[in-house]
Amino acid sequence: MADAGPAGGAPDSGAAVQQIDVEPVNARKQRPPMYAPRKSIHPMRVSGVFRRLKWQLMGVFLAVYYITPWIRWDRGEGIPDQAVLVDLAHRRFFFFFIEIWPQEFYFVAGMLIMAGIGLFLVTSVLGRAWCGYACPQTVWVDLFVHVERWIEGDRNARFRLEKAPWRGAKLAKRTAKYLTWLLISVATGGAWVFYFADAPTLLVDLFTGQGAMIAYVTVAILTATTFVFGGFMREQVCTYMCPWPRIQGAMLDENSLTLTYHDARGEPRKRGKAEPDAPKGDCINCNMCVAVCPMGIDIRDGSQLECINCALCIDACNSVMAKTGGLQDLISYSSLNAYEAKAEGRPTPPLRKVVFRPRTLIYTALWSAVGLGMLALLLVRDTLEVNVLHDRNPQYVQLADGGVRNGYTIKLLNMEQKERRVLLAIADLDDALMTVAGDDLWPSRTREFVIPADKVLSLHVFITTPKSALKPGKTPFRISVLDLTGIEQAHYGAVFHAPEK
Amino acid sequence: MTNRETDEATGVETTGHEWDGIKELDNPMPRWWLWTFYACIVWALGYAIAYPSLPFVSGAPKGVLGYSSRANLHADIADANAEQADLLQKIETLPLAAIRNDANTFQFAVSGGRAAFAVNCSQCHGSGAQGSPGYPNLNDDVWLWGGSLDEIHTTLKHGIRFQQDDDTRFSLMPAFGTDGLLSRPQIIDTSHFVRKLGGLEHDTEAAERGAPLYEENCAVCHKSNGVGDRKQGAPSLTDAISHYGDGLNAIAAQISRPRHGVMPGWKDRLDPATLKQLAIYVHSLGGGE
Repeated sequence: MADAGPAGGAPDSGAAVQQIDVEPVNARKQRPPMYAPRKSIHPMRVSGVFRRLKWQLMGVFLAVYYITPWIRWDRGEGIPDQAVLVDLAHRRFFFFFIEIWPQEFYFVAGMLIMAGIGLFLVTSVLGRAWCGYACPQTVWVDLFVHVERWIEGDRNARFRLEKAPWRGAKLAKRTAKYLTWLLISVATGGAWVFYFADAPTLLVDLFTGQGAMIAYVTVAILTATTFVFGGFMREQVCTYMCPWPRIQGAMLDENSLTLTYHDARGEPRKRGKAEPDAPKGDCINCNMCVAVCPMGIDIRDGSQLECINCALCIDACNSVMAKTGGLQDLISYSSLNAYEAKAEGRPTPPLRKVVFRPRTLIYTALWSAVGLGMLALLLVRDTLEVNVLHDRNPQYVQLADGGVRNGYTIKLLNMEQKERRVLLAIADLDDALMTVAGDDLWPSRTREFVIPADKVLSLHVFITTPKSALKPGKTPFRISVLDLTGIEQAHYGAVFHAPEK
Repeated sequence: MTNRETDEATGVETTGHEWDGIKELDNPMPRWWLWTFYACIVWALGYAIAYPSLPFVSGAPKGVLGYSSRANLHADIADANAEQADLLQKIETLPLAAIRNDANTFQFAVSGGRAAFAVNCSQCHGSGAQGSPGYPNLNDDVWLWGGSLDEIHTTLKHGIRFQQDDDTRFSLMPAFGTDGLLSRPQIIDTSHFVRKLGGLEHDTEAAERGAPLYEENCAVCHKSNGVGDRKQGAPSLTDAISHYGDGLNAIAAQISRPRHGVMPGWKDRLDPATLKQLAIYVHSLGGGE
């Protein structure tokens, strides 16, 4: 059905190019029914500019993924030396020179916001560049298809093998393929857990059976998802599971680059033994663009949800055009504006106007603002903090001499990698004195403490106001902590409770 | 009534069910759903064999894995106890002051004491140990029988007016009214004097009349200046805290027919380590001496 022309008809120009008998999975002319079983897609090998770019990017992304947890970063005694580490047990996130505590989770939120706006920005300019090049689903499927091609051969061989009975060569090839996929999957899941623990230790532990159960479970789950998503579900993940293809419609506009078939130039396609006098477009209807598509679609049906903009059809079309002596870029990255301009024979809008438009400028401004804000915060962020929690039960304690005592749980946070001597002080609350649970020192306005490096010191502090200075109800005051060896200080607005009358 | 037919638009057979002209298509289950369903059945069979699952009249088969959540709990508790064994050993052997002076054992004792308090003590003294009329607040600095570690420990062990324990703390205030020792006006006068001792609003004349009565009847235990005597368990009448209320009526009622709180002794109910942890915890609430 669909666009596959009469089989066997060789295009009249460039006899070297065979027409491939292929049907797009979602042909516009006949949408398959909802419950139709999945059609096998075996993308054909292709080479060209974008294929090379995809190989290079795949290399970079896989390298980043696998190598990152192994980078060491010396932070001193008693602190992990892993450059990137999500230390869930101790509630720390290490990222090279940055160490984030749970109280500073807004940094992570900020990074996610930046990632989101960055995605919007890239999408508004380059269309679905994320889907086509950077998405792990795309990268791993690409890798899996490559393995498949290496073991089972290219497109036609794979279709033949699929139809072949389950014995001999098929059994051997399929076993080899699944085993290789499984190895990749295990390595994928295996690399993930290294971000959450000291990588060298965990590697040894994993192989000696000493690893935490959660590590094995995580590896198992990620192995399963990689194996199933990369080996079997493939394009269905993008089409049916991923929300992004549906959201990105809102990010694209008439200036965003999308994969475009220039039908004004290509149509009508040359089919078989065409009428010599009939008008001819540039498309020779070889169906290469469909055969190489990892999503199994026909770009000539126009822009569509399933297209991940991986540009392999550009490579396919251009290589065919090179053979037949046709013009390049019958399929190309093109904005809707450029597409229409080309169709109408107008000059295409200059790149400057396409890239610098209000939408992209606003996204860039937002992205930079969040980034600069975080950078500023990072530079001035406190490494000394005080958190105060007022005792609720009881809120206050009436004392024999008529004074009133309040209890507070005070947490002193030392986010530096060295021990610090600090002074805890009551500010504002007249005549109030403090004692600390567990020590026998006289009541005082200030107390000295030593907070160990990178630790939280938790104290239960009693603050007593004598009858003479007592104010009824709530009295706000501050609890301050001053670094005795540096200049840093932190304050907390607390409340002193007393009887209402 | 089934009237199966083929739907024209979709080419799918209907189930024959029709509601107001709307017909139900007999589409197959999605295959992923079916396979998940089958997988669940297989899983359930395996689960039923491996784990106790089939409810028979008198119990359930044990399952081939021999899993038991009760046994697991006991194992977990045993593990936890084993981990705490060192600290518990220390708490059992060391004197209270030494436990308190070691940051580690102190922290452990406070935590353990808090847990034991919630189970055993909070019913009367409140979850925050704030007490209520008749049940002392353990946060404040007023102690009827002493607020040092050892005194708190003793109170915990033997209780207050706890008949079953010979070493219990014991004090008894005469019932001046119901036993006819003082007349009603005399009790009111004495009450005024007690309020005067506490620095509270009172009738000066009545208090003057009450002064000799107090000296004669009360000063033996509560002392002439009203500061009380811990040895006898006589509370101070001068401080800002009162056990049964400091209103005139409350004081008069207490003089006329005193209430006497009872606290059970815990030495036969709790183990020595827990008693010590409780003492440390109560002492750490802020009023410890």
